[in-house]
Amino acid sequence: MLVSYSWLKDYVDVLVDAKKLADDLTMSGSKVETIKSYGNEIKNVVIGKIISIEKHPDADKLQVGIVDVGEEKLQIITGAQNIKVGDYIPVALHGSTLPGGVKIKRGKLRGLESNGMMCSAKELGLDESLLPDYQRNGIFILPELPIGEDIKKVLELDDVIEFEITPNRPDCLSVVGIARETAATYRKSYRMPEIKIYEVADKNPANVTIDADDLCYRYVARVIRNAKIGPSPIWMQMRLLKAGIRPINNIVDVTNYVMMELGQPLHAFDLDKVKNRHIIVRRAKNGEKLVTLDDKERILDSEMLVIADEEKAIGLAGVMGGQNTEITDDTVNILIESANFKGSNIRYTSKKLGLRSEASSRFEKGLDPEITVMACNRAAQLMAELSGGEILNGIVDVYPKPIEEKVLSVRHKKINKLLGTNLTIGEMKNILTFLDFGVICDGENLVVKVPAFRSDIEGEADIAEEIGRMYGYNNIEDTLLKGTQITAGVKTREQKLEDLVKEVFLSCGLNEIITTSFMGMKDLDKINLPDDSPLRKAVKIMNPLGEDQGYMRTTLLPSMLNVVYTNYSRKVSDLKAFEISRVFIPKSLPLEELPVEVKTTVIGMYGHDVDFLTLKGVIEVLLDVLNVNNVKYVRSENTLYHPGRSADIIVDGECIGVFGEINPDIEENYDINREVYVAELNLELLFKHAKDDERKYKLLPKYPAVERDIAVLVDKNTFVADIESIIRETGGKLVDDVKLFDVYTGENIPEDKKSVAYSIWYRSYERTLTDEEVNKVHDKIIRKLNEKLGAQLR
Amino acid sequence: MEETLRNLLEEAKRELETVDSIKSLEELRVKYLGKKGELTKILRGMGNLSPEERPVVGKISNEVRAEIESLLAAKRDEILKVEKEEKIRSEYIDITLPGKVHEIGHKHPMTKVLDEIKDIFLGLGFSIAEGPEIELDYYNFEALNTPPDHPARDLQDTFYITKNILLRTQTSPVQVRTMEKNKPPIKVISPGRVYRSDETDATHSPVFNQIEGLAVDEGITMGDLKGVLNLFAKRLFGSDTKTKFRPHYFPFTEPSAEMDVSCFACGGKGCRVCGYSGWIEILGSGMVHPNVLRMSGIDPEKYSGFAFGMGLDRITMLSYGIDDLRLLYENDLRFIKQF
Ligand SMILES: [Zn+2]
Repeated sequence: MLVSYSWLKDYVDVLVDAKKLADDLTMSGSKVETIKSYGNEIKNVVIGKIISIEKHPDADKLQVGIVDVGEEKLQIITGAQNIKVGDYIPVALHGSTLPGGVKIKRGKLRGLESNGMMCSAKELGLDESLLPDYQRNGIFILPELPIGEDIKKVLELDDVIEFEITPNRPDCLSVVGIARETAATYRKSYRMPEIKIYEVADKNPANVTIDADDLCYRYVARVIRNAKIGPSPIWMQMRLLKAGIRPINNIVDVTNYVMMELGQPLHAFDLDKVKNRHIIVRRAKNGEKLVTLDDKERILDSEMLVIADEEKAIGLAGVMGGQNTEITDDTVNILIESANFKGSNIRYTSKKLGLRSEASSRFEKGLDPEITVMACNRAAQLMAELSGGEILNGIVDVYPKPIEEKVLSVRHKKINKLLGTNLTIGEMKNILTFLDFGVICDGENLVVKVPAFRSDIEGEADIAEEIGRMYGYNNIEDTLLKGTQITAGVKTREQKLEDLVKEVFLSCGLNEIITTSFMGMKDLDKINLPDDSPLRKAVKIMNPLGEDQGYMRTTLLPSMLNVVYTNYSRKVSDLKAFEISRVFIPKSLPLEELPVEVKTTVIGMYGHDVDFLTLKGVIEVLLDVLNVNNVKYVRSENTLYHPGRSADIIVDGECIGVFGEINPDIEENYDINREVYVAELNLELLFKHAKDDERKYKLLPKYPAVERDIAVLVDKNTFVADIESIIRETGGKLVDDVKLFDVYTGENIPEDKKSVAYSIWYRSYERTLTDEEVNKVHDKIIRKLNEKLGAQLR
Repeated sequence: MEETLRNLLEEAKRELETVDSIKSLEELRVKYLGKKGELTKILRGMGNLSPEERPVVGKISNEVRAEIESLLAAKRDEILKVEKEEKIRSEYIDITLPGKVHEIGHKHPMTKVLDEIKDIFLGLGFSIAEGPEIELDYYNFEALNTPPDHPARDLQDTFYITKNILLRTQTSPVQVRTMEKNKPPIKVISPGRVYRSDETDATHSPVFNQIEGLAVDEGITMGDLKGVLNLFAKRLFGSDTKTKFRPHYFPFTEPSAEMDVSCFACGGKGCRVCGYSGWIEILGSGMVHPNVLRMSGIDPEKYSGFAFGMGLDRITMLSYGIDDLRLLYENDLRFIKQF
């Protein structure tokens, strides 16, 4: 919402500068985004009239103009071609300045003296795109104006303040609304524009029928006769221009001007094109067509509201008028529409057709039906003044269900309690009164009559906000929950475990990454996910940003591989990374209830020191720190992984994750010419098996251990885990610890064999073991290894 | 004989001076004091002495033995000391060689900032709550006083899954879920991912992170909201930080306010970071709307509360001077390792 400070001053007397006003209004609830100062750099630019134009004798593209600037007539050279004798134009005199610090001085152009510069709109800092062609291409051609007058004064080049108006305050989408806020902020009064209507005796010939009173709450209309269409005066054009609205003609400009002034969108119809001068407000027919003012054909549906006559739709209610009844240069009789529509319906229509206008963006927030008559009269007054037309006798006002006045009873104590203030009932009344609330004090209560334009006010809390913001939030004393019960801030078990997982990963050298939660089906193809994989049953987004972001991810793997690729392609030599995030597993598709969101982690690695065992080491540390027991690593059948270099992690018979080298086919799909190792773990299952909180102290050994080494030859394909479990099972309680210290193939070892060497520590917690006892067990272990695996002692 | 003994001592002293290793010292000990050594040899002649002379010579020989032993010990210490010094001298290394590092991983910068924020609020008695990212329209909008036709819905471009299921556009639905499940006093923060259909650019991402906060109890005031958030700002951005509360609008709070903090880059003088205003907008907040309390099963006559929400991505970018949001989701390790 752009508000010219001069315009604002028409309704409220303020003396502070625009910056101060912006700061103060921001703190009272009308946030200012920017201030654009149009005039402050402009000096010595005046209105001039072109008396003569001749071609420059020595330059084809230059013209020599004589310009009357009041006290003198100046010779000015210009390159512009859009000027003619008699035009009024802005002239920058010798010694003048323009926006951007440009200084204009007398000088010579191809041998002829030029005593200043004729200015374009752009050179004056105006937005040319809103101007008609004749003013845009070249010099800013103005209507007749007092010669020699300061341009800043004539064009009202002042400060324009841009407000960010929140959707609950459509009443502030008007200069009067901002004036009201300004007045309340400074505890002053404001005034409404003075409206005087001179009706002629002839009766208003138009009539209005509302066929959809659930969508149109009120329809007010007046008729102007014998209007002469032309440009509106420069002061009005300038105010519209500064508000970001394109000036069109004296009728349309008035509708926009009054909308900016009072916040009520208006529309003007060429009454002679309205069949039988009968306005009908009705739902559109499905498939009904209407060409709107922007020259586009719109296909409507029966949810949309149209303004129609007896044969055809002539406007899209609250959004845009129809071309068939547009005001043209030949228009003579005008119907002014000042109506009130249901906000959500306008919002629907505007969204569905992709057509937003200044009007629809106001209507969709819900406007005050009480202002329609005033706005209609204001427009009639201005149109009559500017077009020479006559206001016909009588105003049409169809208002089936007038809104009821809203009266709230609020408690003085409760408001102080909510705000943490000690305001008196009188102070509260004072603030509310400045905001146009009617207030009566009733003992400890305030009985508040809510003005019709404040549809956002519904209860005590809303009144508290009004009082709070005008008292000043920053005047409320800071407190630290002094009256409330003490609470302990705690993390849940899962949150603590998640922190622990992160800690383990970080200390293992993995870096944390964060990726977005979307995926495309192509991502799943890229990881060669089988067609029948349940991971392809993903939650689909109805309105995605693109196909590659069309689904909620069911696996973190593609995101990780993308990050691996990003780093690999940027020549990052080593990568160790992890992400903890959710995957989304639907219970059924299409979704009927919320999907299961599973906390999952993915690890990705490549680099000079990275192999299967590097990754397995991380997994082992993780499981150790979380005290996960009964872990088995089983060769994985997951086809996404290298068949010989991957394992499922089985805890108590349940698979909680998989890790290993990604299948080389997938490495190829991603154009990664390295071995990439990844792990995927379901954190919820991991946490289920974590016994971190069940750790108990175990007695330290009092008696010494006896260490025996053993080296055996076994088949090359034997899992060392099987050897270790035979050692442990056979040795029972006497085996305190087992450590693999060598695996060897090659010289002196048969091709199909490998040599495996262990240290075994034998220990009793009750006594010192004798050699005989140890030998007995140790021999038994050797025997068992031979029996079960054919292991030969070396 | 007495004289022979004295000469032996002198001789030992002389020879000791040339000794420079433990080995030759040991040889010397054997030569003089060993079972077949010089002293033993001399004492063998004791048999020839008269009974009167024997005790005298015996005493002297003991004295000589003791003397030699103590000289040997002293020499031994001396040699050991020199040897140790030499060893240490030989062990000098280039202490400017690079260390042997076990490289540890780096947290994502957003996690670092989030951890700090969590710590602050845990210390203030707030627990951590979580909620679903794929959420019912009811929790994301309706229960937050934003019915279907509400204009505030236009401010957030929502990703929909079905008519009633969407990707949460804010972490605020966790407020409602928390209030439904718990009785006051409630104090929680809820960090998490949120979604809005914005195209990715330097300041927008369709997926980003918010941190929601909620306190509900008897007698909570707007002064409490200001006090807690002011303290939070000082802890996170430094004790010199000033805060400013501006009225704003959120459907689920009333009164509502946005909090600005004095720019931590320029201290409020105005710079590029704060857009030359000296202030940086950090969070939205307000007193929980009575409709929201009521819909969540909490009696607004008895209880009141405040809520706030802030963008983690934005605060992270501000904290580290990161100028492009995309860096946070691109995960170039050379970026991550800076934190
Ligand atoms: Zn700054």
